[in-house]
Amino acid sequence: MTIEEKQQEIIDDFAIYDDWMDKYEYIIELGKDLPLIDESKKTNDRLIEGCQSRVWVASEFNNGKMHFTADSDAIITKGIIALLIRVLDGESPENIAKTDLYFIPAIGLQEHLSPTRANGLLSMVKRLKIAALEVLK
Amino acid sequence: MTTQEKITFNVEEIRKQFPALHREVYGKPFIYFDNGATSQKPQIVIDTINRYYTSENANIHRGVHFLSQQATDAYEEARRIVQQFIHAKHEHEVIFTKGTTDGINLVATCFGELLTAGDEIMISGMEHHSNIVPWQMLCERKKLTLKVIPVLDNGELDLEAFQQLLSEKTKLVAVTHISNTLGTINPVKWMIDQAHAAGAKVLIDGAQSIQHMPINVQELDCDFYVFSSHKVFGPTGTGVLYGKEAILNAMPPYQGGGDMIEKVTFEKTTYNELPFKFEAGTPHIIGGIATGTALRYLSSLDQEAIHAHETDLLNFAQEQLLKIEGVRIIGTAREKTSVVSFVVDGIHPFDIGTLLDKQGIAVRTGHHCTQPLMDRFGIPGTVRASFAFYNTKEEVETFIQALNRSIGMLR
Repeated sequence: MTIEEKQQEIIDDFAIYDDWMDKYEYIIELGKDLPLIDESKKTNDRLIEGCQSRVWVASEFNNGKMHFTADSDAIITKGIIALLIRVLDGESPENIAKTDLYFIPAIGLQEHLSPTRANGLLSMVKRLKIAALEVLK
Repeated sequence: MTTQEKITFNVEEIRKQFPALHREVYGKPFIYFDNGATSQKPQIVIDTINRYYTSENANIHRGVHFLSQQATDAYEEARRIVQQFIHAKHEHEVIFTKGTTDGINLVATCFGELLTAGDEIMISGMEHHSNIVPWQMLCERKKLTLKVIPVLDNGELDLEAFQQLLSEKTKLVAVTHISNTLGTINPVKWMIDQAHAAGAKVLIDGAQSIQHMPINVQELDCDFYVFSSHKVFGPTGTGVLYGKEAILNAMPPYQGGGDMIEKVTFEKTTYNELPFKFEAGTPHIIGGIATGTALRYLSSLDQEAIHAHETDLLNFAQEQLLKIEGVRIIGTAREKTSVVSFVVDGIHPFDIGTLLDKQGIAVRTGHHCTQPLMDRFGIPGTVRASFAFYNTKEEVETFIQALNRSIGMLR
């Protein structure tokens, strides 16, 4: 599946919800199912301190593909991380560096990626892109 | 204003004055419980601002023309309204600022100039960052020492420790009247007397008290009192620093510029008298004028009835919250204003705030700009509901239902 197809699949998944609370119910379930980052990897250099919630993110580069694990102390943040990882995990660094994550505004979650939201998600996306760019150097 | 008949308190009538309360968010009726962050504005304040920019706009204090004189009169009338509202002795003791933060920074800079190495500044463990950081910066600049009054488990200040920390080295005690996070009302009158006995001056951070209780700076005998207009139904970007005349006169000016000078030559500039000495540049003219409108509006209401209503809201909310399993209220001081901060076992405040928002309810989550206080209680943050007199018991009931639903989804 291409990165565009993965984003479209998420947009389609969310299209069935016309109530905000149902949408968040789904995000919370995704958060609960997210494979957690290995406890030993929850180190300060992998921590993104948001004003509200904290996010840990670890990246690996294997056989030309990037792999990510992440965690947060807030379950909604975790759910959104799960969506980001679903789109970006297993992609090439080139794809990750250049991709536009248009599915986020399309499903109405852009507020979570606003610079003022301070939940660490915007910094997390930057961190993922920087990890991809590091590999490309 | 004082002779005016007080309007009988009726929350439905009051709500009609606040257009923002009648909107919807996410298709739900809007419930605004973030009054500790800022208050909504009554129509009369909105109209004042609108009228000013529509037909009354002019610069003040310098024009010879009609509109300039009218704007100057309105601005100076607002200063008198503030003076009466806080019961200052002189109107020139009322300095218009950008807000509470600006007022504190002004005092830290200008009163701070009078201090010397080894002097001590005392704050408390429940201060907003804006009443911590300016003092830390001053202490660094002038080699002063910062002392902190500890907070007890119930969210009250440790007053014994306060007395022990006071000494002849203490030059200023800067303490909040009401904690924005816990709602604790501090016994500031007693603290001011103690501080004065030790020879220290006192700054009261009134950001959370100006909208909730009558303020009489002469009775309190505080040396400085600061507040923001936007928390008391006025516009953002404007606030007030009250200072005693003698101390303000002893302090050097803050910023240089127009309005604050008497005479400028390249050899020597002399400064204007109070209050203009501390008001460099064109001020937020309508901010000042609308502050007067807001305070006059508040004065027209029955203060005792407002207080009783806000206390009812607080008690009802706390009672209902404690019925929910896992809810812990942070801040159980004997004297509290209508603020309730809480945490729910195993659930992050951010998640609760996000789900409440989607149900139309605005609360604040996080550390409320009081990180040291959060560390004191060993929590990352709280959910805070802060009520104003325009909130209702029905809104609290809706909030409790929405909270129960949110907790159910998150557990």
